[in-house]
Amino acid sequence: MKTQQRTNNEFSIWMRKGTPWVWLNAGAVAICIVMVIGLLILLTVRGMSHFWPRDVLQANYAPPTSTGELLTTQVIGEFVESEMVVAAQIASSGIPVDETQDFYERQLLKLGNRDLTGADFTWALSDFVRDIEYPVEVVAMERREWGNFYGFLRDIWEGGESIVFSGDAADIEANRWLEFNQRLERALDIRDDIYVIENQEIGLINYAMERLRLRERRLELDGEESAETSAEIAGLRQELDAEYGVLQTELIALYETVNRDSAIFLAANEQEIEIVFADIVRAYKPNQMGPFSKLLTYFSKLGEFMTAEPREANTEGGIFPAIFGTVMMVMLMSVFVTPFGVVAAVYLREYARQGFVTRAIRIAVNNLAGVPSIVYGVFGLGFFIYIIGAEIDQIFYPEALPAPTFGTPGLLWASLTLALLTVPVVIVATEEGLARIPRSVREGSLALGATKFETLWRVVLPMASPAMMTGLILAVARAAGEVAPLMLVGVVKLAPSLPLDGNYPYLHLEQKFMHLGFHIYDVGFQSPNIEAARPLVFATALLLVVVIASLNLTAVALRNHLREKYKALDV
Amino acid sequence: MNDTSSEQTQDKPSPTMKVGVSAVLGDKTKTGGETLSSCIDIENLNLFYSKDKQALIDINLTIPKQRVTAFIGPSGCGKSSLLRCFNRMNDLVDDCVIEGVVSLDGSDIYQKSIDVADLRRRVGMVFQKPNPFPKSIYENVAYGLRIQGINSKRVLDEAVEKSLKAAALWDEVKDRLNDSALGMSGGQQQRLVIARTIAVEPEVLLLDEPASALDPISTLKIEELINELKTGYTIVIVTHNMQQAARVSDFTAFMYMGNMVEFDSTNSIFTNPRKKQTEDYITGRYG
Repeated sequence: MKTQQRTNNEFSIWMRKGTPWVWLNAGAVAICIVMVIGLLILLTVRGMSHFWPRDVLQANYAPPTSTGELLTTQVIGEFVESEMVVAAQIASSGIPVDETQDFYERQLLKLGNRDLTGADFTWALSDFVRDIEYPVEVVAMERREWGNFYGFLRDIWEGGESIVFSGDAADIEANRWLEFNQRLERALDIRDDIYVIENQEIGLINYAMERLRLRERRLELDGEESAETSAEIAGLRQELDAEYGVLQTELIALYETVNRDSAIFLAANEQEIEIVFADIVRAYKPNQMGPFSKLLTYFSKLGEFMTAEPREANTEGGIFPAIFGTVMMVMLMSVFVTPFGVVAAVYLREYARQGFVTRAIRIAVNNLAGVPSIVYGVFGLGFFIYIIGAEIDQIFYPEALPAPTFGTPGLLWASLTLALLTVPVVIVATEEGLARIPRSVREGSLALGATKFETLWRVVLPMASPAMMTGLILAVARAAGEVAPLMLVGVVKLAPSLPLDGNYPYLHLEQKFMHLGFHIYDVGFQSPNIEAARPLVFATALLLVVVIASLNLTAVALRNHLREKYKALDV
Repeated sequence: MNDTSSEQTQDKPSPTMKVGVSAVLGDKTKTGGETLSSCIDIENLNLFYSKDKQALIDINLTIPKQRVTAFIGPSGCGKSSLLRCFNRMNDLVDDCVIEGVVSLDGSDIYQKSIDVADLRRRVGMVFQKPNPFPKSIYENVAYGLRIQGINSKRVLDEAVEKSLKAAALWDEVKDRLNDSALGMSGGQQQRLVIARTIAVEPEVLLLDEPASALDPISTLKIEELINELKTGYTIVIVTHNMQQAARVSDFTAFMYMGNMVEFDSTNSIFTNPRKKQTEDYITGRYG
C-alpha cells in the first residue's frame, strides 16, 4: 500500500502550523475590542460634548423665498452640526434653490429662546448665513423653564427700579455683568432655601399628615375610635397645620425676595425680554471665556448632570434619581437573588438524588434564563403586584385603600422580578462552583466527624463563594441593563422622591423609582424636545454603562478577594 | 448491614484475638507476655460497587490494638476499599453495598443506631493527597474540635499545640499559625492533616498511602511520626511501598484481587511468606 506523502509546499506548512487559526482568533478578539472601544468613544463624544460651553455666534440668515423678497432674520445661538442635503429635497420643502447645484450644506443651530420663537433649534442653509461674528458680550443662560437663552444683558432691575452704572461703555458693561452675577448668586442661595423648605420640611409635614390620616382611618376600620383618639389626632393635626402655616409664610417671603430682581435682555431681532433671576440656573459669556474657565463650567455642568434632579420633562437638569434608583434596585435584587439561588443550587447539587427529575429541573432552570424579560415583567405584574401585593394591602394596609400601597408597581416588585429573571444564572454558576470543590476536601471534613451539613457550611460553601460571586456578577450585568420588565413593575418617568430618605421607615420598598435604562428610552423617544434631548440620551447611556461597570467591578474585586482566600488546592 | 451477625459480635465480652486469627499469627500474639487485644474485627466482608463489580471478597481479619497494621498489594486490589470500610467512607459512594460485619471494639459499626459522624471522629483518616482546608493552620487543627462545639480559646489553643507537637510540626509552624495552610509544603500539609486528625483524639488512625505524594525526606518524617504515634493509636496504613510497610508496621496483610491472601506479623510476611503469591509480590515478580 502506498502511503500518502504529506505535501510540503510553503502554504501547507503555513496551514499546518495553525497560523490562519491564530490569525482568526486574534482577529475575532480585535473586532470585539474595536467594537467595545468604538461604543464607548461614540457615547463619550456624543454625550459628554453636550456639556461643553460652546461659543455663541451671531449672524444674519436670509434664505431665498418663493416670492423673491429677501427676508433677513438675525440668529444668535450655538452651532451644533452640519450635513449635506440634496438640492431637490430643499427645493421640495419650498425654498427655491439652484437645482443645478447638487448638494447644499445645512447647519443645525441651537437658538434657544423657546419662549420667543417657539423652537430651540433651526436648520439653516450655510450659503445664506452671512455676517457671522462672535460678539464677546453675548450671554448664554440656562433657565428653569423654556430652555436656554442667548442674548445681551441690557439692564438690571431691583423691585421695578433700574440700576444705574457709571463710567464709559466698557466699564458699564463689566460692572453690570459683575452685579448680575452677584444677584444671581443671591437668587440661587434663596432658591436652595426654598428647595429645602418645599421638598424636605413641607415634605416631612405632608408625610406626617398622611400617617395621621392613615392612623385615623385604621382606628375607624378597627372600630376603636373614641373621643380621646379623635381629639388626640385633631390636636396633632392642628400642630402640623400650624407648622405648615409657619413654613408657608416663610416660603412666601422667600419667593418675594427671590422675585425682587430681574434682568432685561436683548435677544435676536431686537426683542427685549425680562427674565427674573429666580428662573436662571446658570449664566456665562462663552465668547469671553478662556479654555480654563470653560473647563470649569464644563465640570460644573457635568456635576449638575450627575447630582441634580431632572427638569423640564427630563430634557434638562440631572439624572441623579435615575442613577440612585438603578443602583438601589440592583443591590436589592442581589440581596434577594443570592441566597435564593445558592440555596437552590445546594439542594440540586448536594442533596437531591441525581436522576431524571434533577436533570429535568436543571434543564428547566437553564431554559428559564432564556425566557424574554418582558414575560417576567408580565409575571411580576400579574403575580407579585396583583396577587401578593393586593393581598398585603388587604391585610396590612387596609387604611390606605382604595389607594394601593404594595398592590401597585414599586421598587420591591421590580427587584423581585429581576431576581427571578437572574436566579437561573446564580443557580448554574453556584452549581458549577460546588462541583469543582475537590472530593478530597469534603472527605477530609467528613473523616473528622463533621456531618454533611457541617461540611457544607464550614468548608464547601466558603470554597464555592467565588463561584457564587461569578453568578452574582452575571446576574447584576443582566439585571442592571433590563428595561422592559421594569416598565411593568415599578419604573416611572419621574419619581417625586427617592426610595431612600429620612422618613421612617427610611427604605420605601413600595415606591416607584427612576431607572437609567428607562430614562434613556423616555428622553430619547418620549421627549417633547428631541434635538435638546439627543445628547442626553448618549450621556445617560454612557452613565448607565459606567454604573453597571462599577457595580460589576465591585463584585469582581470581592470575588478576587474570596478567590485568594479560598483558592483551590493546587493538586 | 448484617443485623443477625452483628448481635453475635455485640454479645462478646471484652474481645480478645479470635482463635482463627491467633492461629494465623502463631506465637506472635504474645509479645513480651502481653496479650494483644483486637481493635477492629472484620468477618465475612463483601463489598460491591455495583452488581457485577465486587471489590472485596469474603474478608476475615482482626486488627490488633495499638499496633501498626499495613495493607499491601497491587493497585486495585481493594486495600483502600477495605480501609474505607472502617470509618464508613464507602457510604459516600452511590450504590456501594457492604455485606458482613465490621466491629470496632466489639460493636458493629454498620448497625443503624451508629452515629456515623461520631464513628468517624473515633476512626480518623488521612488521605493520599494532603487535603488541608483553605483556612489557617490553626483553624485546620481546630476544625474537628469546633465541629464538636468546642469554642473556648484556651482549650483550642492547648489542643492545637498538643496535636501539632504530636505531629512533629509545632516547631516549624508555631510562629505562623494564622497563615494559610495552603502555603505549606506537601510534607508539612500531610503532617498538618495528621495533626488535625489526632486533635479529635481518635482511637484508630487510618492512613491511606499517606506518603505516596511526598518526597523522600517528607516520607521519612511521616514514617518517624507513625512510629511515635503507634503507642497511642491503632494505626492501619495502606501502602504501595513494601519497604515502607516493612519499616513501619508490626503486622502486614497482603491483598490481591479483592482477596485477603495472607495476614501475619510483618517479619513473617517479609522473611517467610507462607503463600507463593505473597512471595512473588514481595520479591517483585509481579504486581
